[in-house]
Amino acid sequence: MSGAALIASGLLVPTVGAAGIALAGRWPDLRESITLGTAALLFASVLALVPQVLAGGRPQLFVLELMPGIALGFRVEPLGMLFALIASGLWIVNSIYSIGYMRGNEEAHQTRFYVCFALAIAATIGIAYSANLLTLFLFYEMLTLITYPLVTHHGDAEARAGGRVYLGLLLGTSIVLLLPAVIATWWIAGTLEFLPRGILPPGTSNATIGLLLALAMFGIGKAALMPFHRWLPAAMVAPTPVSALLHAVAVVKAGVFTVVKVIVYVFGVDTLAQLRSADWLAPVAGFTIIAASVIALRSDNLKRRLAYSTVSQLSYVVLAGALLTPLSVVGAVLHIAAHAVSKITLFFAAGAIYTASGKTEVSQLDGIGRRMPWTMVAFAIGALSLIGIPPAAGFVSKWFIFSAAAAGAQYVALVVLAVSTVLNAAYFLPIVYAAFFRAPAAGSEAHGEAPWTMVAAMMVTSILVLGFAAYLGVPLALARALAGA
Amino acid sequence: MTLAHLPALEVVVPLIAAPLTLVLRRASVAWILTMAACAFSFVAALLLAMEVARHGPISYAIGSWPPPWGIEYRVDALSAFMLVLVAGIATVVAPFAGRSVALELPAGQGYLFYTMYCLCVAGLLGMSITGDAFNLFVFMEIASLSSYVLIALGRDRRALLASFQYLILGTIGATFFVIGVGLLFLKTGTLNLADMAERLQGMRTDRSVLAALAFITVGMSLKAALFPLHLWLPNAYAYAPSAVTAFLAATATKVSVYVVLRFYFDVFGLVLLTEVLPMPGILRTLSILAIVTASLVALWQSDLKRLFAYSSVAQIGYITLGASLATVDGLTASIVHLFNHGITKGALFLLLGIVAYHAGGTPLSGVRGLARSMPLTSFGIVLAGLSLVGVPGTAGFVSKWYLVLASFEAGHWWLGGLVVATSLIALAYVWRFVEAAYLSAPSGAMPTARDAPLSLLVPAWVLVAACIWFGFDTSFTVEAARRAALQLLEVAR
Repeated sequence: MSGAALIASGLLVPTVGAAGIALAGRWPDLRESITLGTAALLFASVLALVPQVLAGGRPQLFVLELMPGIALGFRVEPLGMLFALIASGLWIVNSIYSIGYMRGNEEAHQTRFYVCFALAIAATIGIAYSANLLTLFLFYEMLTLITYPLVTHHGDAEARAGGRVYLGLLLGTSIVLLLPAVIATWWIAGTLEFLPRGILPPGTSNATIGLLLALAMFGIGKAALMPFHRWLPAAMVAPTPVSALLHAVAVVKAGVFTVVKVIVYVFGVDTLAQLRSADWLAPVAGFTIIAASVIALRSDNLKRRLAYSTVSQLSYVVLAGALLTPLSVVGAVLHIAAHAVSKITLFFAAGAIYTASGKTEVSQLDGIGRRMPWTMVAFAIGALSLIGIPPAAGFVSKWFIFSAAAAGAQYVALVVLAVSTVLNAAYFLPIVYAAFFRAPAAGSEAHGEAPWTMVAAMMVTSILVLGFAAYLGVPLALARALAGA
Repeated sequence: MTLAHLPALEVVVPLIAAPLTLVLRRASVAWILTMAACAFSFVAALLLAMEVARHGPISYAIGSWPPPWGIEYRVDALSAFMLVLVAGIATVVAPFAGRSVALELPAGQGYLFYTMYCLCVAGLLGMSITGDAFNLFVFMEIASLSSYVLIALGRDRRALLASFQYLILGTIGATFFVIGVGLLFLKTGTLNLADMAERLQGMRTDRSVLAALAFITVGMSLKAALFPLHLWLPNAYAYAPSAVTAFLAATATKVSVYVVLRFYFDVFGLVLLTEVLPMPGILRTLSILAIVTASLVALWQSDLKRLFAYSSVAQIGYITLGASLATVDGLTASIVHLFNHGITKGALFLLLGIVAYHAGGTPLSGVRGLARSMPLTSFGIVLAGLSLVGVPGTAGFVSKWYLVLASFEAGHWWLGGLVVATSLIALAYVWRFVEAAYLSAPSGAMPTARDAPLSLLVPAWVLVAACIWFGFDTSFTVEAARRAALQLLEVAR
């Protein structure tokens, strides 16, 4: 198939799949088969684009004109390619996991769940492929709205409160900060196309660029830069598969993806590096990394701890992007991939623990490794990866970010990275230790592993974490193509 | 031959349909006749709009008396745009009205509703098409008087009070307008708008002209419900029959804003507005006050119809805010929002009408758990609500985009910030419905009825679909609005 047809199928497959899921709502087995089939088909259509993009091609598709002069258009470049690969590939694993989780916990409204999930993936692909800032913004907002029913899935007072924070912060930041930045960019540059060296005309004043950058960076609320991070812990009221794929992979990665995309393709790395108008960004990201790690350390609720860990890890990407060197951009892109596979493993484990034992707090996990060895081994692998221990995925991306910081003599960044590594260890290792080496609390009920589909999903992602080196070539090649390194 | 007379037929067909419905006396026949008349006007409006886009403005002399002595109908980009909006909404609302009338009016009086409806449509179309100041006043009175009756037909007895309130304020407004027109006639000796504009060239600082401007501004602001002259609107919208609310909310105030634009830019001109008087500043201040206060008031309403009625007052503020910038993009934003807000509010009030039939009213507490019993209605309200907020992919976003862009171009960065910030208030009040309908348990007395019949749902969803359609395809709305804006500014200079 041609590039344009593959792009169209990337958007249409999950959308049509969602319709199929809705129609098959009365037959759960058929419904889940459609989900899995759709996910597999989507991944295949994304994968088929990789050779073209690696060969330097930029397949594109223009649908219609949204506004005079601005199209609803798609163009696949390396960064979007990688993001689409991650989201669609992990959707397959996550769907297998969802089946076990939703049935094991006897959740209500399962059809709505799978429909919204498929539509959320469609919006994610739209973000990944978008050719200009307005198309990206359109799908960015769609993703927020489509995930809202997933966040408020339980429909109780807690879900309502979580949903308010979620929607309020995500739509609030994007409408009040990001949208004016988009419109001002259109006014100043006369285009919103993503171009490799940025689109701001030469001679744009330093103050204007600084203001636009601030509006964009804080306006992309999905990247969870402090102080606009609170939506992410609030989103944890959702069922765990949602937290795993959307709030560890698709939604938050849409945030940092947009951050990197805007830095590279709208502002231009060289422009920002020369003008020094992005100098404030690295300290802000560094602060977020440390502060979120400290909060994670103090959270007893497992999903909340993981959520704050995500906030912190997202700022790794922002920090790496803000260092503005080719090497750091490679590190940022690789960290998007590495954190995705690691964090989804951790969330899978948290959901498995909840499904099998009903436990949600870290302090309840003493000795659970004896009852759920597979789950806790997967958890340990995910944790070690995020701490940055070889040969896990997290090590590779951290290596690049460390190297870039060292090469650029960015001492603040180096200190932040070092301190945060210690903090990561401090909030992950005690869980692993308690699970395997502490005796279970007296009187706790006997239980085994979670349903096999959940365990299988965890094993797959664990292998993806450990075997990162085996497939590193693809993300690395894409990252290098983006950074021009 | 007939095509040449389209401008006249546009108005005459619904005008003739009105007495015919009265003679026929059967509600069902009157209904069909009304639908046919509205559909004819809509098709004619589309044809006129295409003709204007291709060959420029059309001038039609009524009774072949050449202007400025006879009455001139003048179809330019702006009036064609208004004709499409008014006739389009009338065509969508008319099928909905069938059941609305059967449910809300005493049996045997149904045909009277259609008489008034046709008169109101004819009046609003006439206001949009005429190029004659006094003829405009006549059509305004036709539209106003029929809308007083339509509002009074509401089931709730408070509809009578609402109608009376509107009658008093509307009459004051119309009187002010006609005083203004009278003053202009005294000074210029003509009623033809284009002729009047020419003769006003030399007398821009004349006291009588300034007084005329003041009278027309206040009079039309009353009809357009521009803050702080909006007091009649919430009650009128809340207690009128549902079809009437939807039709008036989508068209009546919009046509009044159109008249203001017409007089400001075509008759008085920019020199008078900006150099002699500080009109942009005044209009901008009032618009900001309208947006902020009415949005906040909407947030605290406990009834959905009142909530969205206050939201209308705020949205009119956005329309006049764009006009107050007096730039191409500002006027484009203003004109495109006339249309986009028209279809959005039309959709919302039709859907609320459905809710009212099935739940007995539209208090927020009464729509708890509504999504379960009426999924299509609820989801329609959510989509139209998103258009009201201005989420990308909806018509409302297009308006917001141009309004913010125009603010930036005019150097008013803070104004762009205000526009986006206040759209968050809209998000908050729309989300009050979402949380009640989707995330609350039904309050017990909820009827278990399935969703509304298709005769109600289809018209409402046509407008919901339009809200989405015009969010993606802006070729009709933005281009027509831009042409109209360019034309207004060209004449104004």
